[in-house]
Amino acid sequence: MSDPVPRPDPDAVLKRVQHEEARAARAKLKIFFGFAPGVGKTYRMLQVARDLVIEEKPVDVVVGLVETHSRFDTEALLLGLEILPRRAVAYRGRTLDEFDLDGALARRPRLLLLDELAHTNAPGSRHAKRWQDVLELLDAGIDVFTTVNIQHVESLNDVVAQITGVQVRETIPDSILERADEIELVDIAPEELLARLREGKVYLPEQARRAADQFFRHGNLLALRELALRRIAQHVDDDVREFREQHGVVETWPAGERILVCVGPAPSSARLIRSACRMAAGLRAPWVASYVDTPALGGMSEPDRVRLEAHLRLAESLGATIVRLSGTRVGEALLDWARKQNVTRIVIGKPTHSRLRDRLRGSLLDDVVRGSGEIDVLVISGDDDGPRNESPEHTLQDAVPAKSWWLATALIAGTTAIAAILHRWLHVPDVEMLYLLAVMTAAVFLGRGPSLLAAALGVAAYDFFFVTPVLTFRVADVRFLMTFAMMFGVSFLLSELATRLRRQERDARAREERTAALVALSSELGSVVALPDAALRVARLAARTFDASAAVLALDASGKLERIAAHPANAGLDSNELAVSRWALENARMAGAGTDTLPGARSLAIPLGPTREPIAVLALIRNAAAPLGADQRGFLLAFCRQAAIALERTVLAERAGAASVRARTEAMRSSLLAAVSHDLRTPLAAITGAATSLRNVSELGAGSQRELIETICDGAERLERLVTNLLSMTRLESGAVALRREWVPLDEIVGSALTALDKVLAHRELRAVLDPDLPLLAVDPILIEQLLVNLLENALRYAPEGALEIRAKRCDGEVEITVADRGPGLPPEVRARPFEKFVRGAGARGPGVGLGLAICHGIATAHAGSIVAEPRAGGGTLFRVRIPAGEAPPLAAPAEDRAP
Amino acid sequence: MTSDLPVVLVIEDELAVRRFLRVSLSAHGFRVVEAESGETGLSLAAANNPAVVLLDLGLPDIDGVSVTRRLREWSRVPVIVISARGREDDKVTALDAGADDYLTKPFGVNELLARIRVALRHAHGSASADDATLQLSGLCIDLARRTVSVDGREAHLTPLEFRILALLARNAGKVLTHRQILNEVWGPGHAGENHNVRVHVAELRKKLEADSTRPRRLMTEPGVGYRLRDREDES
Repeated sequence: MSDPVPRPDPDAVLKRVQHEEARAARAKLKIFFGFAPGVGKTYRMLQVARDLVIEEKPVDVVVGLVETHSRFDTEALLLGLEILPRRAVAYRGRTLDEFDLDGALARRPRLLLLDELAHTNAPGSRHAKRWQDVLELLDAGIDVFTTVNIQHVESLNDVVAQITGVQVRETIPDSILERADEIELVDIAPEELLARLREGKVYLPEQARRAADQFFRHGNLLALRELALRRIAQHVDDDVREFREQHGVVETWPAGERILVCVGPAPSSARLIRSACRMAAGLRAPWVASYVDTPALGGMSEPDRVRLEAHLRLAESLGATIVRLSGTRVGEALLDWARKQNVTRIVIGKPTHSRLRDRLRGSLLDDVVRGSGEIDVLVISGDDDGPRNESPEHTLQDAVPAKSWWLATALIAGTTAIAAILHRWLHVPDVEMLYLLAVMTAAVFLGRGPSLLAAALGVAAYDFFFVTPVLTFRVADVRFLMTFAMMFGVSFLLSELATRLRRQERDARAREERTAALVALSSELGSVVALPDAALRVARLAARTFDASAAVLALDASGKLERIAAHPANAGLDSNELAVSRWALENARMAGAGTDTLPGARSLAIPLGPTREPIAVLALIRNAAAPLGADQRGFLLAFCRQAAIALERTVLAERAGAASVRARTEAMRSSLLAAVSHDLRTPLAAITGAATSLRNVSELGAGSQRELIETICDGAERLERLVTNLLSMTRLESGAVALRREWVPLDEIVGSALTALDKVLAHRELRAVLDPDLPLLAVDPILIEQLLVNLLENALRYAPEGALEIRAKRCDGEVEITVADRGPGLPPEVRARPFEKFVRGAGARGPGVGLGLAICHGIATAHAGSIVAEPRAGGGTLFRVRIPAGEAPPLAAPAEDRAP
Repeated sequence: MTSDLPVVLVIEDELAVRRFLRVSLSAHGFRVVEAESGETGLSLAAANNPAVVLLDLGLPDIDGVSVTRRLREWSRVPVIVISARGREDDKVTALDAGADDYLTKPFGVNELLARIRVALRHAHGSASADDATLQLSGLCIDLARRTVSVDGREAHLTPLEFRILALLARNAGKVLTHRQILNEVWGPGHAGENHNVRVHVAELRKKLEADSTRPRRLMTEPGVGYRLRDREDES
């Protein structure tokens, strides 16, 4: 039976719970929102804060910064509240009182009051804007009360300017309003506000007096108040929507709206962006700001570039996603992307140029509207379309070196000389073709300006020398005017084409370089598994690509910011720059030169890693003083994203490695258990059996008694050997073995190894051939003895017959010890991994768990040596151990020749 | 009377080991006094005048090295320390602190008896140190004339080698640590330069042993020092 009652999706419920938890955990932001100065925001904020302080369980409230403007009633509210000392900042001979962010973070109150959210901090502060301070406070878990007026809200900035005619420069991004947990509208009737203004109760700075008259008009105030109420309603609406979602109320809005706004360098774009933002907020739809890079636009002038970048940043700060597209035609590229991404509305500016230009170069608007199909296109006016310097003519001139002008002149002079020769002596009639050739050459190779110069000079020279009347500039035949026009036309057309080609080529090369850098990065990082290695490659490539010194920094275990890689290797950061990197890492945001945070720093710090918790930070100090261009910046971000992925991968790989070590440990533990259960129990069973027989049966013959006793002794020996091996293995593996290196002659170690095996070796032939010139070895003699004993035991066990042989010789910087037998050789199942734990040959005789050779391997490795097993010529197995030899210390003579 | 028998004081916390020692030592003509802790051991040593002390290094109250030191403050009774394999440093510390010899667990009864015999001989027959010639396992060492013969043939030793051999010979059967040999032969100020001893012992072996890689006389005690065997049959 189906359930008719719609139930909330379990995933959604889970998400809601997580969301509520996150909300409860994170610090709260409350904004006291006013529609104009003087409505009493500060007063209201202090009132609310006071209530919290005088409650039964007082909240720890600290006043970060509040402007009372010496108003008695406001100051009265401050009595009894803790006030954070302000930070004095020297700026151009004046001292500015600023909010002390570090002081607040150190004091860590439960709640901090901070007036004037839209305030711009004094230069040299950590953040450019106070709202950034607030975000950092919230991130640090401190609740914040703050105040702001409607005219400071970024998306409403231009609307307010339209209403009041006053442009406000200090703005806050809308996202901070979204971030607010509570917005309280401090409302007052416009009449009352005007009355207070007249009574002088509203503080206005001196320079704002004049503007104030324009601002505080009854009509304006009414409009602003309505705007504020609407904005608050929107926030409330968000809350309602959230509530609905959380409580299973069906979504009312058909999902899937998506807005695309086309951004360019024209100043009107800012307005477009704000409109799109408002629209997106109204529709609660995601929105995208896109910019299309075309070959023609590639030569954009620097001011245009800066403006475009500012627009894109504005859009980003308003919550848009930024997309940089490229294509030959703007309209096509936009529509392509829009269709792929299911964009439902495109916002585009009204064209401001002449219709003629559209005829000539095609209209973007026309392209978009015609090609849009299902997509709505909204055309919005750009009211302040300022002069634009994006025409290619201007940009080209910059690129032309002075030499080209001289070359153009010389070309025409040369052409004139040749033409004169041809005309005079060879009687060639039409030399204008020769000039045309020269002009074309200039157009193709020298750029537009020089080619036009060539055309002008060519026309002049042709006219002067070859057109009758000769040696005057007069023209008898109108026909020649055609020739002149043609020469100009050709030079213009060709140079335009050539320029465009060159630019396309240049762009293609730049793009190619970036792609190559990204490809290089990904291929360089592809194989890396260790974080320091990856970091070094990132630093090296970043330094090369961005012409800077680069360092990758990360927090070490003790929370200290440590440089894990740098290029050039000596690239260091002083404590100031380290602070920038630390801030970027802790706040997961870019900081330093060219950003809004700590812009005075020399370095630019970009966090690398997952968005919320970066693994490391890339600090760049550019060699060139100029800031990064718009496209370079975008490229830098792409670069860092890729680097971040690689670094994250190494971290994950390390974790995976740790997991696989754990898995191997687990596997080893189980084989150990198996070994222990069998190999410990077998001798124990023998001992127990023999001992109980001896205890119970008193009338055993002497022979039987002796046999039983031998059994017990053998079993005990086996156990002893097993326990020793297990212990050695465990200690070698856990790293608990500290090598006690001493300078030892190898003969001594071989001697004690053979002594230890004296009993078992009694019946076997063994040759020990040690070169007489063997150096002393810096080894742990006990461990090396164990290594030899294990190798010999192994040989005894697997090669039941034939002579054993130990040899040792010097071998370029190492001493090579070989232990050889004449046994059957390594069985195939063991050959691949003779030194692995618990691996035993099938032909194994006697007890053992397959630890002996593993221990040998462990010991050799601990001595920075090596061990290999190979088939011996003539049959058998040969183990080759190599131990590095060092420079032995000199021998000491006795202090005095004392009597023995 | 049992009291005529030489007393072996066993300071060992493991009951099983004590039982084995009691049974086997009693069977070989010793009276065994047992202590489970270091403190008890020290007071029993004062009360019983033991001929030999068997001291486990891993005691529950105070460690064996401290027991050795405190015992040495007033007594010259031979002390044989017992410890597990892999604790060579402890053994060396105990030996340098005044212990006479050591045994590594697990050990057989023959080995134990041999150590006790050597210890007793050195404790009683210190007169042998004054002998002009020492004879052991095929070696004949003439201390006055500084000559050595191996199985009847004279061996040519350097003065240094001779002094090492003489030292080992006077303590035949007992282990000597590298440090003890350095101190006696080289004099103070050479601590840690064990390779001096090792190199000269290796030379010595080439002159005294038939096959220096299968020594029969000058034995290495891995990680501890050297022992000159005094009897061929010793295991």
